Amino acid sequence: MLDDFFIRALIAGVGLAITVGPLGCFVVWRRMAYFGDTMAHSALLGVALSLLLDLNLMVSVFIVAAMVSLLLLALQKRGGLSTDALLGILSHSALSIGLVIVAFMTWVRIDLVGFLFGDILAVSEADIDIVWGGGILVLMALVMLWRPLLASTVNPEIAEAEGLNPERSRLFFMLLMALVIAIAMKIVGILLITSLLIIPAATARRFSASPEIMAVFASLIGAVSVVGGLFGSLHFDTPSGPSIVVAALVIFVLSLLPIGRRSRDGTPYSPPEGHH
Amino acid sequence: MSETDAHSHAAPSRTGAPARSDGPARAGRDALVTLREVGIRRSGRWLVRGVDFSVSRGEIVTLIGPNGSGKSTTAKTAIGVMKPDEGRVDKIGGLKVGYVPQKLAIDWTLPLTVERLMTLTGPLKRAEIAEALSSTGILHLARAEVQHLSGGEFQRALLARAIARRPDLLVLDEPVQGVDFSGEIALYDLIKTIRNRTGCGILLISHDLHVVMAETDTVICLNGHVCCRGTPQAVSQSPEYQRLFGVKAAQTLAVYNHDHDHTHLPDGRVLHADGSLTDHCHPDDGHHAEDTAAPDHVHDESCGCGHNQIRLKRLEPGKRDRA
Repeated sequence: MLDDFFIRALIAGVGLAITVGPLGCFVVWRRMAYFGDTMAHSALLGVALSLLLDLNLMVSVFIVAAMVSLLLLALQKRGGLSTDALLGILSHSALSIGLVIVAFMTWVRIDLVGFLFGDILAVSEADIDIVWGGGILVLMALVMLWRPLLASTVNPEIAEAEGLNPERSRLFFMLLMALVIAIAMKIVGILLITSLLIIPAATARRFSASPEIMAVFASLIGAVSVVGGLFGSLHFDTPSGPSIVVAALVIFVLSLLPIGRRSRDGTPYSPPEGHH
Repeated sequence: MSETDAHSHAAPSRTGAPARSDGPARAGRDALVTLREVGIRRSGRWLVRGVDFSVSRGEIVTLIGPNGSGKSTTAKTAIGVMKPDEGRVDKIGGLKVGYVPQKLAIDWTLPLTVERLMTLTGPLKRAEIAEALSSTGILHLARAEVQHLSGGEFQRALLARAIARRPDLLVLDEPVQGVDFSGEIALYDLIKTIRNRTGCGILLISHDLHVVMAETDTVICLNGHVCCRGTPQAVSQSPEYQRLFGVKAAQTLAVYNHDHDHTHLPDGRVLHADGSLTDHCHPDDGHHAEDTAAPDHVHDESCGCGHNQIRLKRLEPGKRDRA
């Protein structure tokens, strides 16, 4: 029989995976993996500020992640350093400032490992409400934003010329990312959030004929990774967050195997004829 | 938002000069978009300046010019993708644009079939998708992923996408790149057909002068500013043109054998044929051959040299034959 805390972990983890699947697809399509990482790293600064100013943890993380993404937009507009370098500066600076602030607060003892790698087995029923409530909010927003966001992913100039306001969809997308990071931090941790965004989406690509199908598959593959990872962590007594990521990786590697592979035009795969 | 307001640092008005009144003046009630004295500045350098023209319903306007002459910049400004640093762009309210950009790379990670590409910016009926795809000759590729199309096929898919939404204004930035020669003629023929059938305005960017001749109402030659403009119609209807169709070089010469009468210096100044230097380059500044040099021939509709603007602006767009 499974313990209550394990059931809660499963429910919260599956809810999170379903939420991040479609968002992860956009991260992959828009080549924003490092960007997601930067926002996630800045979450630790959010944690530190929440302790320092006695703010709600999730609200604080959301605000800091959103601010960092807006700061990046402003720096990009200014020109000069490449986005890559800017991300490197923002990412590790935010993480380090967070750690330094925490070190100054000698009266506070925090479970740093829990924030960095998640503590899914400690989720409460209130956490489940937040994960599912926030998840439904994020998915609804994404459905409403879908067309302009996809169009501006393909080409912002077409989206702009044809009246879809790519600037606005980008801004909303960043806010959704910040929200997901705030929700996900407790479950998979700051350092592993991006993997849950990217690995299921990358796995889904091979099996998908349209962006919409890929978004759904990414959610499903993420959910399977969470279930697999949690049972694995129970069985092998391994940390739960990393176990979920390892499970996602295993599915990704399996998807690379040429089993039942179809060629890219949709017809069944037939090996090219050899020369005689 | 239907209008981009003039910026406060707009160039001094030159409306007093007769040769400059042609752009906005020809923008009658039919004008879909009108550029007035538009300039775009990036990193302290003017990419284009003093650009004046309009595109009306049923009109094909072609921008030509060397690389870096500001063709794409001008087109992007006309449809609001770039904002002018001086001058203004006026659009009719609710203008529906179909845009084919010059460069478009779709990441492999995005699974996108030709069919799905069609509804990228707005919903369409299946019949409308099929019609657009068959008119560009790629109906058989509807289910293919865009990343696996050849350059020419992809270009057709982009054109199909832009026309399927039945735009008022179609903006095509080198739409025939990667298309072979016979396909090129077919595509330009299609563009003409679209114009005739739907009455949309078309802003075309081309490096193909011979096709410019065949389809265009107004050719605008850019080189950081409007070098010259005119109608290639008279020339294209002449028997010589008909006979020579297909001989690229000869037609190119027939339309636009003009020497640039000035040089843009690296520091942004302009060296004119009369030896003078100016900070900016405007056709009416008195340094251009168009204004000062004795013409070697009488400018009329058939000379096609592009220097007959003063005559052209008296011609109503409707009076020009569009056989």
